[in-house]
Amino acid sequence: MSPLLALFKRDLSLAFHQRAELMQPLIFFTLVTSLFPLAVGPNPATLQLIGPGVIWVAAILSSLLGLERLFRDDFQDGSLEQILLSGSALPLVALVKVLTHWLTSILPLIILSPLLALFLHLSEAMYWALLATLILGTPLLSLIGGIAVALTVGLNRGGVLLALLLVPIFIPLLIFATSAVDAAALSLPYNAQLAIIGAMLLLALALAPFATAYALKVSQN
Amino acid sequence: MWKWLHPYAKTERSYQLCQTLLPWFSVLGLLSLVVGAIWGLAFAPADYQQSDAFRIIYIHVPSAILSKMLYSSMAIAAFIGLVWQVKTAFMAMIALAPIGAMVTFVSLITGAVWGKPMWGTWWEWDARLTSQLILLFLFFGVMSLYKSFDDQQQAGKAAGVMAIVGVINLPIIHYSVEWWNTLHQGATILKMDKPSMPAEMLWPLLLCILSWALVSGAIFLLRLQNEILRREIKRPWVLSMVNEPMVSGAAVATNNPNKHEQVQ
Repeated sequence: MSPLLALFKRDLSLAFHQRAELMQPLIFFTLVTSLFPLAVGPNPATLQLIGPGVIWVAAILSSLLGLERLFRDDFQDGSLEQILLSGSALPLVALVKVLTHWLTSILPLIILSPLLALFLHLSEAMYWALLATLILGTPLLSLIGGIAVALTVGLNRGGVLLALLLVPIFIPLLIFATSAVDAAALSLPYNAQLAIIGAMLLLALALAPFATAYALKVSQN
Repeated sequence: MWKWLHPYAKTERSYQLCQTLLPWFSVLGLLSLVVGAIWGLAFAPADYQQSDAFRIIYIHVPSAILSKMLYSSMAIAAFIGLVWQVKTAFMAMIALAPIGAMVTFVSLITGAVWGKPMWGTWWEWDARLTSQLILLFLFFGVMSLYKSFDDQQQAGKAAGVMAIVGVINLPIIHYSVEWWNTLHQGATILKMDKPSMPAEMLWPLLLCILSWALVSGAIFLLRLQNEILRREIKRPWVLSMVNEPMVSGAAVATNNPNKHEQVQ
C-alpha cells in the first residue's frame, strides 16, 4: 500500500507546486459561466432556467482542460514508465491518479459552485440538488476521462481529440444531473436521478481503472 | 469455435475468405437493393395518413438499424482484437467504422427529410435523433483516435478500447435520452404481438434491411481487403499475388526488395 500512498503524496505536492496550472480550470469554469448572463441577458428567470445546465456544461469543459495533464508530465519525464515497471497494481495506480486529479482540479470547482449558483440565481433547493449531483457525478468525469487521457497521452495533439472522445460519453451524466436540479426546482423528489448517477459511478469505479491501466500500457507500448 | 476462428488471425487466410465471400455479398446485396427499393418506392401501397411521404422509410429504417448493428460489430471486432490479440480484428474494426459513420449520417439526413413534412421541422431534440447523433460522434471518435497514431498496432488497440467504452455507454445514452424527451414514433417492426404495418408494406422493408446489410457487408469486405493489403504490402504473399498475374511486371519487379521486411 505504501508505494501507492507515496504516489498520492507526490502527485498532490506536484499539483500544489504548479499553482498556475491548478488555477486554470477554476478560472475557466468561472469565465464560461459568467459568459452566459452576458449572452442571454441578465433576466433572473432565464438564468435560473438555464443555470444548472450552464454550470454542468462548464464543469465538463473545465474538467477536460484539467484532465490533459493527468498523465502528461509523468509520460514526458519518463516516470510513468518507471511506475509501469515498478510492479505495483496498475489499476490501483490509475485510481490514485484519478483521485488526485479529482481532488486538485474538480474539488475546487465544487467549492466555487455556490458563488456561481448565486450568479445564476439558483434557489436554495436547486443548489442542494446541484451540489449532490456534482459530488456524485464529477468523479465519473475523472474516472472515464482517465481512460481517454491514457489513450491519448502519447499524442501531441490531445486537446480537441479528448473532447471528441469524451463529450458524447458524458451526455447521459449531463442529462440526469440537470434533470435532478430541474426536479428540485419544482420541489419534486430527485432521488431517482441521484441513484442512476450513483449507479453509473459505481460501474465506472469498477471498470474504468482496468481500462485506464490497459490504455497506459498501450500508450507506453 | 476459436479453433475455427484462429486461422483467420493470419491475414492471408482472411484475405482469401473475403475474396470468396465478396461476390456473394455484392451480387445478392445489389440485387435485393434494386428489388427492395423499387418495390418499396413504387409498388408498395401508400400510407393512409402520410401518403407517399412515408416511402422514405425504405431508406431511413434500414440505415438506422444498420448503424447500431455496425457499431456493435465494430465493438465485437475490437473485443476480439483486445482479448485474443488478433491483428485482423483491428483491421476489421477500422474497416467498419467509416461505413457505420456513413450509414448513421444517412439515417440522420433521411430522418430530417422525413421530419419536415410530418413534424413540420427538420430537427427536433427527440430521443432517437439525439442518440443517433451521439452515435455518429462515437464513430468519429473511434476513427479520429485511430488516425492520430502513427503506429497502427497501437492505433488499433487504442481505438478498440474507445469502441468498447462506447458500446458500454450506448444503452445508457439510449435510455437517458429516451427518458429525457420522446417525439419519435415507437417501434413498428419489432413488436412482440403483431407488426403494426400491413404485409405489403412490411416485406419490401425487410428486403431493404437485408439488402443494406448485404451491401454494407460487401463494402466491409472490400475495405478489409484493402486494409490488409495496405498493411501487409511487403509480405511475401502479397508480393507473389501482385507479381503472378503480371507477365511483364517490370515495374513491380524492380521495386521488389530482395529481403522481405516483416512489417509489424
